[in-house]
Amino acid sequence: MSDRFLVATRKGLFTFERRGRGPQPWQITHTDFFGDNVSMVLHDARHGHLHAALDHGHFGVKMHRADEATRVWEELPAPAYPPRPDDLEENDMWGRPLPWSTVRVWALETGGRSEPGTLWCGTIPGGLFKSEDSGATWQIVGSLWHHPDRPKWMAGGADLPALHAILVDPRNPATVRVGVSTGGMWQTDDGGATWRVRGQGLRAEYVPPEHTHHPMYQDIHALAQCPGEPDRLWIQHHNGIFHSEDGGETWREITDVGVSTFGFAVKVHPRDGGTAWFVPAIKDEKRVPADGRFVVTRTRDGGRTFDTLTRGLPQQHAYDLVYRHALDIDGSGERLVMGSTTGGVWVSEDGGDSWLEAAGRLPPVYCVRFMAN
Amino acid sequence: MPKIVFAPALQRHVALPPVVVDGATVRDVLDAALNGNDRARRYILDDQAALRKHMLIFVDGARVADRRGLSDPVQPTSEIYVLQSLSGG
Repeated sequence: MSDRFLVATRKGLFTFERRGRGPQPWQITHTDFFGDNVSMVLHDARHGHLHAALDHGHFGVKMHRADEATRVWEELPAPAYPPRPDDLEENDMWGRPLPWSTVRVWALETGGRSEPGTLWCGTIPGGLFKSEDSGATWQIVGSLWHHPDRPKWMAGGADLPALHAILVDPRNPATVRVGVSTGGMWQTDDGGATWRVRGQGLRAEYVPPEHTHHPMYQDIHALAQCPGEPDRLWIQHHNGIFHSEDGGETWREITDVGVSTFGFAVKVHPRDGGTAWFVPAIKDEKRVPADGRFVVTRTRDGGRTFDTLTRGLPQQHAYDLVYRHALDIDGSGERLVMGSTTGGVWVSEDGGDSWLEAAGRLPPVYCVRFMAN
Repeated sequence: MPKIVFAPALQRHVALPPVVVDGATVRDVLDAALNGNDRARRYILDDQAALRKHMLIFVDGARVADRRGLSDPVQPTSEIYVLQSLSGG
């Protein structure tokens, strides 16, 4: 079980550690980048590195790396887009020139065990980057950025397309799946040389009928792959929950989920691909818990039935929303952590049956991550 | 020669004292002032070397017009201020 987790917020990075057996075992032991907007954090256990992505607003996106033992942070170059051709006419959805510039780091993952320096980074406005030197330098994955379909990606919750999910296949790190809001799920099987969009069975209810089932028009909010059963994947989609049992080729929509099919986060059990957790909200104009009751939903049978989990969670006038990166599960499958837009952090040590509030008044939470022990 | 002054808020990240450098355009002066300091450049300019969305540059009290090319002219006596906008705060 993991006894540590990181919480990236609008106003800093907080580290929690489990200390003792008292009524509140989870304590904040480190505060980094106090006051700064930390959009993403990653613990690379292969090297003992911590990576943090900061969004300074005025001064842009910055990447920092520290040795977890010393916590001495070093600024490293952020992923940067290649020169935009002068004669290129490419506008965003609003008719303005699409910026070829990193607006936000919105996904950060380690490569496979056989490629110890490799990191992947997803950004707004949609570029995917790869580092082979633990973040010292980044190269854009040109095969995806220059793909003829990429300019058709649309904005989701942000004003620009967001590449927010990266899954490195545990069987073969040359297979990588990425999720785009909105642009569907894209997969490479050759380490990023070529890409194809996948997603037969996904359904988008916010586009004209001819695009409803087109894989590229799917607004994927979050994407999860079971490490122990890698062909089993889950999508929390803008208008539904979908499950695949064939590596993402085909998807089954799950509609009988209890509270709501809308939400941002999904996590899957590390060994049981049929067990997954969601944090539902009223769709889509409201984006708050139904009836002010903050709940987690869980399926343990591949989506046939769902439990609504409430123990330890606020059940009156709770307006907490959990963003796509703000739910995590540790390697045991028993511990979960989530953080909300109103600064609540809750931990479960029994697979979601009950939750303990670890913090109640943090800044808005963007990302939570367990640290491997 | 023109003088260029950087916003106090930048100093927390990169130390940039005022400097006097030669140049006929904002781009010239900025390039000379940031010569070799790529880290500082990335705080002021975006990936395409345009002025960042929420940054401002004033030349003798007037906001620069060419945020992408930074071709606005400067005089030998000009004072240039690189500031953060109130937007994006």
